[in-house]
Amino acid sequence: MASAGSSGNVIAKYLPVYFILLAIAGVEIFLAYQNFSTAGLVRILLVLAIGSAALGLMYFMHLAQEKRSLFLTLIPATIFVLLMMNMIWTDSIRLLHMRPFAH
Amino acid sequence: MAVHGHGGALMEESPYAIPSRKLTMWLFIISDAVTFGAILFAYGYLRVATPDWQTPFKSGSIINAAIMTFVLITSSLTMLGAVDASKAGDKPKALRFLASTMILGLIFAGLHIREWFGLFDEGIKLNTGLFGQTFFSITGLHLLHVISGVVALAVVARKYSSDSLTPGHVETTGLYWHFVDLVWMFVVPLVYLTNIAH
Repeated sequence: MASAGSSGNVIAKYLPVYFILLAIAGVEIFLAYQNFSTAGLVRILLVLAIGSAALGLMYFMHLAQEKRSLFLTLIPATIFVLLMMNMIWTDSIRLLHMRPFAH
Repeated sequence: MAVHGHGGALMEESPYAIPSRKLTMWLFIISDAVTFGAILFAYGYLRVATPDWQTPFKSGSIINAAIMTFVLITSSLTMLGAVDASKAGDKPKALRFLASTMILGLIFAGLHIREWFGLFDEGIKLNTGLFGQTFFSITGLHLLHVISGVVALAVVARKYSSDSLTPGHVETTGLYWHFVDLVWMFVVPLVYLTNIAH
C-alpha cells in the first residue's frame, strides 16, 4: 500500500538526470559562443537537444518503465514523420539561390 | 477494447495495459510534438532561404533564456515529486509539489513576457519581418502551452485535494508538463542560440 516516505526518494533518484539536463543546456550555450558555422552549430545543438529529449522522455515521463509496445507505437512513427519533414530543405536552398526570383 | 481496472480507471488491454487517459495523453503529446516539429521546420526553412536573417539576441537575452531553461527543468523535477507523492498517498506533499510546479511555470511565463517587451522596445514585433513572425509564433505557441499547463495543474490540484481526481490524473497531467519542458529544449538551441548577435 502507500508509503508516505518514498516521495523524497524519487527526487534523489532523478537528480542525476536533472543535473545532466542542466549540464547539456550549459554546454549548448557555451558552444553557441564558439566560432562554428550556423549549419555546424545547428547539427551539434540538435544532437544535444535530442539527447535531452530522450532523457526527459525515458526518465521524467517514465517511458522506459512502460511496456515496450507503447514505446514502439509512439516513437518510431513520430521519428518517421519528423524525418520526412526534412524533404523541405532542397526547396529552401533553391529559394536562397534564386533570389531575385526567377522569371 | 478497454476494460475497467482497479480504482475505476478505464484500462487499455494488452499490449499497452495502461489507463486509457494515459494513452490518450501520450497520443496527444505525439501529435503536439509533430505540430511543434512542423513549426520549427518552417522556421528553419525560412531561415535557410533568407540571406539577411536578423540575429538580435545579445547576452542579456541568452542569460534570460538560460534562467528560463533552469526554471522549466526544475519545474519538471517538482512535477516528478508531485506524481510520486500522489502515488504514495501523501496528498499534502503532492499538493506542495504541484504548487511549486505552478509557481515555477508562472515565473517562466513572466520572464518570457518580460523578454518579449524587451524585443518590442528594440522594434522587433510579430509584424516586423520574418524573424519576428517566426520567433513570436514559436515562443507564443510554447507560452500558450505553459499557461494552459499551469491552469490544468491548478484544476487538477484543486480536484485532487477534494478527492474528485486520483493520482492517475496527476500523473497524466505531469506527462503534459514534461512535454512542454521537452519542447523548450528544442526551442532554445534552434531559436535563441542560432540567433545570437555577434
